[in-house]
Order: sequence, then C-alpha cells, then structure tokens
Amino acid sequence: MSDKGMTIHLKIWRQARGAKTGKFVDYTVQNIQPAMSFLEMLDILNEDLVKKGEEAVEFDSDCREGICGTCGLVIKGTAHGPHAATTTCEVRMRGFKDGETITVEPFRAGPFPVIKDLVVDRTAFDRIQQQGGYVSANVGSAPDGNAVPVSKYYADKAMDVASCIGCGACVAACPNASASLFVSAKISQLSRLPQGGLERGRRALAMVAQMDQEGFGDCSNHGECEAVCPKEISIENIALMRREYMRGALKGD
Amino acid sequence: MSTNRKLDAKIPGGPLALKWERHKMDNPLVAPGGNRRKFTVIVVGTGLAGGGAAATMGELGYNVLNFCIQDTPRRAHSVAAQGGINAAKDYQNDGDSIERLFYDTIKGGDYRSREANVYRLAELSTGIIDQCVAMGVPFAREYGGTLANRSFGGVQVSRTFYARGQTGQQLLLGVYSALSRQVQAGTVKMFPRYEMLDLVLVDGRARGIIARDLTTGEIKRYAADAVVLATGGYSPVYYLSTNAVNCNATAIWRAHRRGALFSNPCYTQIHPTAVPHMGDYQSKLSLMSESLRNDGRVWVPKKPGETRRPSDIPEAERDYYLERRYPAFGNLVPRDIAARAAKVECDAGKHAYMSPYSVYLDFGDAIQRLGRDVVADRYGNLFSMYEEIIGDNPYQVPMMIYPAPHYTMGGLWVDYNLQATIEGLFVAGEANFSDHGANRLGASALMQGLADGYFVVPRVVASYLAGAKLQAVKTDHPAFAAVENDVRGLIGRLLAIKGHRTVREIHWDLGRIMWDKVGMARDAAGLKEAIARIGELRGQFWHELALSGTDADLNKQLEQAARLADYLELGELMARDALMREESCGGHFRNEHQTPDGEAKRDDANFCFVSAWEYTGENREPVMHREHLAFENVELKTRSYK
Repeated sequence: MSDKGMTIHLKIWRQARGAKTGKFVDYTVQNIQPAMSFLEMLDILNEDLVKKGEEAVEFDSDCREGICGTCGLVIKGTAHGPHAATTTCEVRMRGFKDGETITVEPFRAGPFPVIKDLVVDRTAFDRIQQQGGYVSANVGSAPDGNAVPVSKYYADKAMDVASCIGCGACVAACPNASASLFVSAKISQLSRLPQGGLERGRRALAMVAQMDQEGFGDCSNHGECEAVCPKEISIENIALMRREYMRGALKGD
Repeated sequence: MSTNRKLDAKIPGGPLALKWERHKMDNPLVAPGGNRRKFTVIVVGTGLAGGGAAATMGELGYNVLNFCIQDTPRRAHSVAAQGGINAAKDYQNDGDSIERLFYDTIKGGDYRSREANVYRLAELSTGIIDQCVAMGVPFAREYGGTLANRSFGGVQVSRTFYARGQTGQQLLLGVYSALSRQVQAGTVKMFPRYEMLDLVLVDGRARGIIARDLTTGEIKRYAADAVVLATGGYSPVYYLSTNAVNCNATAIWRAHRRGALFSNPCYTQIHPTAVPHMGDYQSKLSLMSESLRNDGRVWVPKKPGETRRPSDIPEAERDYYLERRYPAFGNLVPRDIAARAAKVECDAGKHAYMSPYSVYLDFGDAIQRLGRDVVADRYGNLFSMYEEIIGDNPYQVPMMIYPAPHYTMGGLWVDYNLQATIEGLFVAGEANFSDHGANRLGASALMQGLADGYFVVPRVVASYLAGAKLQAVKTDHPAFAAVENDVRGLIGRLLAIKGHRTVREIHWDLGRIMWDKVGMARDAAGLKEAIARIGELRGQFWHELALSGTDADLNKQLEQAARLADYLELGELMARDALMREESCGGHFRNEHQTPDGEAKRDDANFCFVSAWEYTGENREPVMHREHLAFENVELKTRSYK
C-alpha cells in the first residue's frame, strides 16, 4: 500500500427498480484508508459516480454503529462480511488487501425482494412480528416494575436474544432462506420472562405460521445463521422455538 | 430583530405537583368506541416519542397513520441510545424522589427550561419503567430479581435503569412491539420508507402532510385531524455527529417555514465521550456511553505535547482533570461541563497520543477493583465496538475519547400541551424544545421520549380533538394541491441545478463552519463570520449541487440534498440564536461570558427566556419572540458541581 492508500476493485450487484434481475458491474476506488469503514468506501465510490453523472449505487445504512440493523450486504460471499459478530457498517477496510477484488451483493432471499441495487424489502419481518411478537399490555395497565421479580439468570438470557437487530443476515446466509433464528429470538425472549409467558403458546403458533406464509424455508440445522449473526444469537433458540410451538399446539395456551 | 408577541405556554394553575393531575381533570375527553375511531391522527416518526404515541393512541381507539423514513419502525434512531433511562423510583433508597429528579433536571439544564414541563416529566418517569417491564423489556436485574440501577452525570443518586449498553434499543423494541400489535389490530397504519416533506394547513390548523414514498418517488397527500411530529433532533447539521446518517430536521423545518416558531436552536449538546475524529473520510462519530464514566476515569498527560503511550506515563504525570476541578461530582459531571473541560485540556496541548483532539478514559482501576468479568458484563458491547473502530483493546489500553455533537435541546416551540404555534400541530421528544433547557442530563432523552409518547401526547391530543370542533377535510382540498405543488417545485429545483459538487462535499463544508464557530465555545466575531459563510454556502448549494438519478425512483442522494437545503437555513438560525444570547448557559458557551476559572456565566437579568424564532422567508432575517421563564419553585442559582 502506498501513502495514497489502497486501491480496491469492486464487483457490485446493480439492479434497476422493478427489474426481475440485475448484473455485476465492475468499479475501482482509490485512496482507501485502512481505518475507513466499508460503507465509507462505498460513499467514496458514490461521490465518484455522481461527479461523473452516473447513478449512485443504492444501499441501506443508518446508525453506522451496528445497532439499528438497517445495513446488510453480502461481502465476498458472506452476509455482513468476513468478520464474525459485526454488521456491514462495522466492517473496516483494514481487513482487505491493496488491489483486492471484492464482490458486493444484496441479502438475497425470496421473501426479501430486491428494491434497487443492494436495497431489499424486509417488511416480511414486520408482518411476523405483528402476529404475536409482543406482550398484550396497554399503556396504563402495568403494576410496579418490582412487583414481579425476574431472576437475573432469565433476565440475562432474555437480553441475549433481545439484542437481535432484525437485519436479516440469518435469512441471507441460510441455504433454505429460513427466518428461524430471527423468529426464535423473539419467542425465546418473551417466553423466558413472566410478563411474556402468558401468551407464549399463541405467540409461537402465530409467528411460525406467518413465517411459513411469507415463504421463508424450514430450518435444517446448517448453522449458517448463527455464524453470520452480528449479535451472536445462538441456534439453541431454534430448538426452544420448536418446544414452544409443540407446547402451544398441545396445550393451546 | 425581536418583538414581544405573546407566547402563552398555557401552564395550568395550582401547585406544581398538582398541575398535571388538574390539567387532566379540567380538559375534555373523547369517549371510547366509535367517537375515537372518527378521528385520524398523523404521527411522523416511530422512535420512543412517535412510535409510543402512535401505539398508545391506537390502543385508545383512534385511527393513526404513522410514518417513518426507515424501512421499518424498529430502526428509529432511539435505537442507538446506550446508557439508560432515568426514573424517580428510589428503589436504591438513596434519597431520590420526583422532587429531586425535577430539581436535578432544572439545574442540569442550567435554569433554562420550563418548571411545569420538567415536573410533569419527573412525575411520569416512574410509570414508564412499570410499562416497559410489563411489555417484556429485559432490564438489568439484581440476583434477587429486582431492577438494577446505575448513576449518570449531574446527579448524586442511582436512578438510571438500563439494559446492558443497549437501553435505547430495548425500549424502542418495546415500542415497536406495541406498534406491531396495533398494526395487527388495524388501529395503526404504518408507512415505512416515507418522508414527510411538508405540512398542510387549513384555516390555520395543521390538517395533513405531503410525504414522498422513498421507494417510488411518488408524492402523496394525507389528511388528518391532528399532526404529531416526533422526528428527532438536528445534530447532523455539524455533518459529523453521533446521529444516524439519515437523521434530519426536514419535518420540523418545513413546519417552521409554515409558521411554527423554532426555539433555542443554539442549545446543542456536545457529548463528551465519543470515539475521536480520525480522518476526513468519516461519515459519523461513534458514541461511547456516558455510563462508562461510572467506572472509567478521565485523564490527560500533565505535560503538553506528550508523545509517550499511556502505559508509559506514570501515575504522577497524569492529570485526572475532572476529579481535580469538580471533586463533588468527579467524572460524573454533566455532559456540557465534561465536554468543555476536555476541550480546555486539548487546547492547552494536553491530549492522548493518537490525536491532538482526544483524552483518555481509563478502566485500569475499575478492572483491578471489580475484575475483568464485571467490567465486561457492564460495558462489553461498547468495548468491542471501540476495538472495531480504533483497533486497540480497552481492557488493556485506555480508550481515547473526544466530544461530538449528539443531541439538540432546541426544537419547535410548544406549550404545556406540546402544541406548536400552529393549532393542531403537536411536537414530541427531541423535536421539541421543552424539557432540557440548555443542557440535557444523561439518560433523560429516553425518559422524555416515552413520557411524551406513552402519556402526554395521547392525553393532550385527545383534549384538542374533543374541544376543537373541526370541519371534515379531505386531500382534495385546495390547500393540499398548493403544498404539493411547492414540494414538487423544490424537488424539481434541486434536480435542475446540475452542478459539480456532491451533497456530501457541501454538507462537510457546513459542518466545518458549525463545529468551528457554533460548537463547544462561541464568540461574537466567529458567529458573525458563520452567518456570512453559511449564507454564501447556501448560494453555492443552489448553483453547484450535483445529483444523479431521477425523482421517480429510490434516490438517496436526492433525499439527502433536500435535507441539506434545510440544514443550510437551520445552521444560520443556530448562529443567530447563539449571537443573540449574550450569556453562557449549559451547552451554549460564549467565550465573552465566563468566570475567572472558566465556568459558564449566566445572565438571569437579561436572558431568562426562551427564544422563539419566526421564519420570514428565504434569505430574510428571522424575527425573534420570547417566552419569559418564571421560576416559582426553584431558586435561580449558579450551577456548581465542585
């Protein structure tokens, strides 16, 4: 690498809005600093494109610190890039070599249709959530916060899965495009807390049914979801989701 | 220029502690069932304030249209808040009370907020925690199963509730789950990837919005009986800030252009602990939560120009300047004070090794005292985030931090009912000016967002709907066509420029001016220079902007350009407000107004008021109005944390 920074070659998926498919287009960006984030590198590419009068590459991002779940690219074949436990916006250029060629694709899955270029529609996740990813407690009806003690063990377990950011990397990485890790995280969080326990059966049945209806595939224990999850949510939750589903189907509550 | 147009804050009578209760009793209600369904309420924003208000009004039976620019409501920027949420529960038995939270907030805001609003906020804080627990928010717990607390800056009790370093995320997911339930119930209709671009007034009242479908570029009209804006703050006016890259002032600015007064725009919070600025390519600055100051100690080398690594600097050659200057509060002084103190040290050449604009935040003592595991349990996610960005391991090497624009206390003027100077327009959360005065205390933004969203907005909007006797208005009303035409005109104007400078380049220039002249320390000469330079930059923007793509498509460059056009006006207003305010208070520090030991010097005789600016047209001087602040329950004192 010279003082001027790295040169990076990119193969980026371009797809017009409304088109059924797209294609890879080659770009080269220069003067890339190792401390830059991957998205800042794409910002520079877009600056170059706009100045040349070409259309910028559309990609989603917002907080750029790994918490909002907006960004999501498949970088060199891996959802959120080669580093474990990071989102796309947290990927830094120091992980790539000068002169390297990097492929950049959207999160591909049937239930995540491409809107344009690298932007996909993940509203299927919202529709799953709407089926039961909540506790039915209206504002105003709550008892004192300390009225129902919750063991630290279960509160921590619930927090482990509640940290899901809904990015959809699990779906993009799964050969079946299953949403099981995402759905199980919410089911697991709420079934482990006394406040969420009252609706656990109904919740599991309804959320799983919606997941199927959206066209997500079944889980067949590949484990790719867990490997790419930026929040390191464990696939043991999928086993728990199956138990909750069975419990709901048998007990009806 | 200023006038004395009467601004009536509509503060209810009676003793402070009874105002909200009496207000609820004295104002009309809308009966449940069919009556509520007849009313449509537009809520813009799905963060704690907007999403909370939309879900709660849905639960109550109103017909709610809820808009957000994100692809799903779960990504509103409340998600990024880290450290916690305050509530006067006194679970720690350490002397907390509603009264104390009220007092701490007034003092923290340097006596520039409205007593009645702040008291209501403190009063509602406890119910927020109860509601969040009931919704399944996994707050941190003690082994006995009770809720855990920690401390934040500017207070001497432990009243901050938290969920690791992701409290905002967990509270927002609670809001999102409530919202999801109402979408399923059919009371709330969600409009994700929609941006409000203007406000529609009919007979002087807010009756709808014009929004752009960000996927297709279509411009659409929506009518309602009331409009609630909960669209957050405007820190990205500095270009680099801790805010998400899509945070913007467009909704409140367009409402301002339609007649809503804008208050205290110069009150900005520069957060003391962000990862320092490292290069011009940066698109944002990452926050390191204030909670870190519970256990981390802030220091700089005593020797200016020190080049040694922190581990090579012996204890005797370190200056723990916050502990030295503010022994009573130490590392937990309020944000404005901690930020300015870091600037003072760096300006004197005392800084961390990597950048002249950075100080150390050291966990060495905490790790020795508590062990690595306890520290990891409290701050693990922040430490790994830091390591990703800087490449240093904060368990071994002290963090480097520097202040960064983070939160804006200013916003649209609202009365006690959160109603702007346009009837039927309500403003909640960071988008209004009301509760934090000149400086917000840590963990109080989440408190205000949920207090407004869950409790205040549903109540005050209902009173308005019950009392207003509104005519039915549909989107075929000529007012909608006129405003839609303006919006189309603006977009067409942006695309027609065909210049050579990108949105980012011009925004970067604006950010530099704002940071240098309207940042942590301001003076008259610098502010006048800023006003002139922002005016010039605005001229350049309208001649030199380069855009690609079309308006009938997903086009993020176009979205950002329209937001930048608003920032180029707002930035100037911030400088004007800062120039007008000849005193130092909270986040607003004028070099001309300081004590001999460098503390802020307020001028209560002349500046104990809220500024409220009126828009008079593009490139025309705004007019300032005032709301005098009356302190009937708290004695105006010089703020001291020494």
